Amino acid sequence: MSQTDAHTTVFPRIAPVGIAGLLVSFADRLSEPANRAALAFRAAIEAEPLDGIEEVSTSLTSTFLRFDPLHLDHTRLIAHLQDLLKAQDWSRAALPEGRRHFRIPCVFGTDLAPQFDEAAQAAGLSAQEAVASLTAARPRVLTIGFAPGQPYTGELGPEWDIPRQTALTPRVPEGALVVAIRQLIIFSAPTQTGWRHIGQTAFRCFRPESDDPFALRPGDEISLRAITPAELERIRAEDQTGQGGADVEVIR
Amino acid sequence: MTRALIIHRAGPQVTVQDKGRPGLLGQGLSQGGAADPVALYEGAALLRQPASHAALEMAGMGGSFEVTQDTRITLTGAPMQASIDGQTLAWNASHLLRAGQRLEIGAATRGIYGYLHLGGGIATEEVLGARAAHLAAGIGRALRPGDRLALGDDTRAEVGLTLDPAPRFAGGTVRITHSMQTHLFAPEMLERFQSTAFRRDARGNRMGARLEFEGDPFAASGQLSILSEVIVPGDIQMTGDGTPFVLLPECQTTGGYPRIGTVIPADLPRVVQAGPGVTLRFEVVSLDDAVAIHRRHVAELAKLPSTIRPLLRDPAQMQDLLSYQLISGAISAHDDHQ
Repeated sequence: MSQTDAHTTVFPRIAPVGIAGLLVSFADRLSEPANRAALAFRAAIEAEPLDGIEEVSTSLTSTFLRFDPLHLDHTRLIAHLQDLLKAQDWSRAALPEGRRHFRIPCVFGTDLAPQFDEAAQAAGLSAQEAVASLTAARPRVLTIGFAPGQPYTGELGPEWDIPRQTALTPRVPEGALVVAIRQLIIFSAPTQTGWRHIGQTAFRCFRPESDDPFALRPGDEISLRAITPAELERIRAEDQTGQGGADVEVIR
Repeated sequence: MTRALIIHRAGPQVTVQDKGRPGLLGQGLSQGGAADPVALYEGAALLRQPASHAALEMAGMGGSFEVTQDTRITLTGAPMQASIDGQTLAWNASHLLRAGQRLEIGAATRGIYGYLHLGGGIATEEVLGARAAHLAAGIGRALRPGDRLALGDDTRAEVGLTLDPAPRFAGGTVRITHSMQTHLFAPEMLERFQSTAFRRDARGNRMGARLEFEGDPFAASGQLSILSEVIVPGDIQMTGDGTPFVLLPECQTTGGYPRIGTVIPADLPRVVQAGPGVTLRFEVVSLDDAVAIHRRHVAELAKLPSTIRPLLRDPAQMQDLLSYQLISGAISAHDDHQ
């Protein structure tokens, strides 16, 4: 414990997670540079992994390492991470290679997404303005988490800095587009949530039966194309892949 | 025809489990796998097969089972009432289940999760590199009457073996390490947490166990503005109402509630198997001590195969000769430890 610095407010900060995990945090609130740093730091560790590191992942602003403490001790791993942290300014690192842009058809509002009007109002926008704002946005996948393949994307403009509801919606379906705190999520499975359900897609984030079960990766970008409920119905009827009618292009 | 296990009746949560799917945290999928991994090692030792083989996990209640060909079985984890064609079976022991016989497994008498292991292991299709059902992620499902599960090849024949299970069904002291957010709890709060007796809420599942207690809620400073961060099994989240919640193998991969500490892997089965009326207490240990305990724990699991012995044949302790498999038990306690 003495080598880690969980108590400090200075970033980057290294803290233990159980006996077999270390968390390298670049900030304690979401920012684009901190997210970029976490992704780049993960890539650097994966490029030259120490023996004993078993898994590296990212959350919004942190890189997480799971390792075998019986083969790689905390002191040695922390020293390695501190050296790596000093090697460059991680918040200025490039985004991951091979990023893609997913253009996803989405029904806004209607009884398929009953909280659209309420969310638009909270953002101070008319329904028309809200659709325009959401279809013009091109948020980036900041992290995949909570449930398999589930993207947290952002950041939207400051008007979308609306809080989560205090009461939970008991169940929104798979493919639901939800909004809060300048982020959009497409749910990978039916779930209860405090985020507002503003759109409905046929996009499946998690496809366990597929060779490529996790559709999105951190760094990918999404945009939304407004469609009618009838079009969503048609997409659902024809879609065999889980792509939900989305177009995909590599970002160059 | 391949050997199969037929499910005639199943409790509400009987699932196929193995060691789960490590390495997919970055994709939002927690490792999952057996709620009580020690049981996987005990079952493997008793059948002298790898601990990577899949078994049936039964939460609180077993079911009624049949095999299509003679099959070695063993029962581990939370002891449950078990019988073959009405003859009571010893728990923590291996037996022969003949084709067509009925294996009945009832309610847990202590603990929560019981396991049925089969010679050759369950050989259902793998999804993402494992056979374990991950109900929260929609991988696999709870078993239902009429299900048939393929079994792997079994090259061995010995049954009638037993072991002393690792003690984990009576609660007691659970050791925890500091987590990344322990410092958000005032020192006296952490002290009170360690002097409080907890009971596991009966509504717990494979995602987590809520802990009940007497006293004021536990709260961290700045609780509502914590950025969602990675979760590992064993993390103790303090939910909004100040009640601790121990995260288990099927937990979500990130969460925004503060963590007061993390249960060490060696003691997590005590939480998983804390049945009704059992008391749990938490004790903070240093990271160095926790790693040393983990080293001993891993060594103990590795040497389980060398602790296997024949079921006792002391007639004074035997209520029912058949329950000890004297007839069908091809005992070979001196078998090589493969």
